Amino acid sequence: MTRQDALFNYVLKLGDQSLVYGHRMSEWCSKAPMLEEDLALTNIALDYIGRARAFLSYAAELEGKSRSEDDLAYKRGEREFYNNLMVELPIGDFAFTMARQFLLSSYEYFLFTGLAQSKDEKLAAIANKVIKEVRYHWTHSRDWLMRLGLGTSVSHEKLQRAIDELWIYTDELFETGPEDQLLKSAGIVFNMDEIKTVWTELVHSILKEIDITIPETTFSQTGSRLGIHTEHLGHLLAEMQYLVRAYPEARW
Amino acid sequence: MDTINREDVRKLLSEICDPEIPVVTIEEIGMLRDVIVRDDVCEVFITPTYTACPAMEIIEKDIKELLYRHGIPHVKVTLVYSPAWTTEWINDAAKEKLRAYGIAPPLHTSCHNWLAPGTEEMECPRCGSKDTALVSRFGSTACKALYSCNTCKEPFEHFKCH
Repeated sequence: MTRQDALFNYVLKLGDQSLVYGHRMSEWCSKAPMLEEDLALTNIALDYIGRARAFLSYAAELEGKSRSEDDLAYKRGEREFYNNLMVELPIGDFAFTMARQFLLSSYEYFLFTGLAQSKDEKLAAIANKVIKEVRYHWTHSRDWLMRLGLGTSVSHEKLQRAIDELWIYTDELFETGPEDQLLKSAGIVFNMDEIKTVWTELVHSILKEIDITIPETTFSQTGSRLGIHTEHLGHLLAEMQYLVRAYPEARW
Repeated sequence: MDTINREDVRKLLSEICDPEIPVVTIEEIGMLRDVIVRDDVCEVFITPTYTACPAMEIIEKDIKELLYRHGIPHVKVTLVYSPAWTTEWINDAAKEKLRAYGIAPPLHTSCHNWLAPGTEEMECPRCGSKDTALVSRFGSTACKALYSCNTCKEPFEHFKCH
């Protein structure tokens, strides 16, 4: 594999992550527990869709096979998507949504802080842009974790259940493969072990503050690097891609 | 047609308003980054405020239409991400226009502590009171948050520090 191929795969994965999660979050539109949250969750979803466009159009350019960002978004099947399993899980309840947002934003904060120093200029530019949005999402989800964790026994229990459900998907965020080594030696991406260390420290400290226990399980669910997903991704793509696949030339 | 003058193009473009906040121009808000003229092709560089800013397509259309009307048909609009847009680029005159329009302008980025949100002192753009409260961190557009004033009781928008 050439460095160009490795970079294409890496940027495509970042694009898939943003697209699938953005679509997932958009499902909250008109269903949030209150109007302010409806605005928040859909604004967050929109940020992810914007991020997906930036990464997927760059991926299309790197691939150089005249596929567009739309081709990459709408004309690939689930085995060709490389997003982490965590982002494709159904939205669940509000506690689940906020817990996932917090785990993800914490991860993204450290990931994009690293990528902002990438030797690949375009990747660094997008990372620098995205990081400000990530901080805003982080703050929002951290505040909700505090409210839910320190709120009533019901909100605490729901948050604990969410963390219990999500925990087996956290390890996969830090998984790397042979092509990452190639990019790492070129100074394009950074050491995921270090990112995992600071992420763990941050997440543990916040969860401890609100008396949420981290599950002791050592099992972690993986597969996305090989395009193997949970049963949920196919349904999401079916909805997202239906129109383009049924009416390939549709314009409005 | 005569050769295109870069400064003339910039001057023309400086009149285009932000589609969502029509009291400020894309130049004042810092979205218009550069203009390069090569032969008869004019390339305009713009940067989004937020990655998903829905105004970008409207702005691109506005730029092309305006230049076409002034006899410049070959226009390329290029989106750049670096340097990342910041509210620091909005000058004091533009901030004053935002305030007069009813939007509390962004404070300096350096004043904004993202780890301790809600600690900034927000001034009501209508009555000037500093007794205000955050209603919603997200607002009608990606760049704004919603506040309310405890003194005059009016709700108002805040152009977030970014």
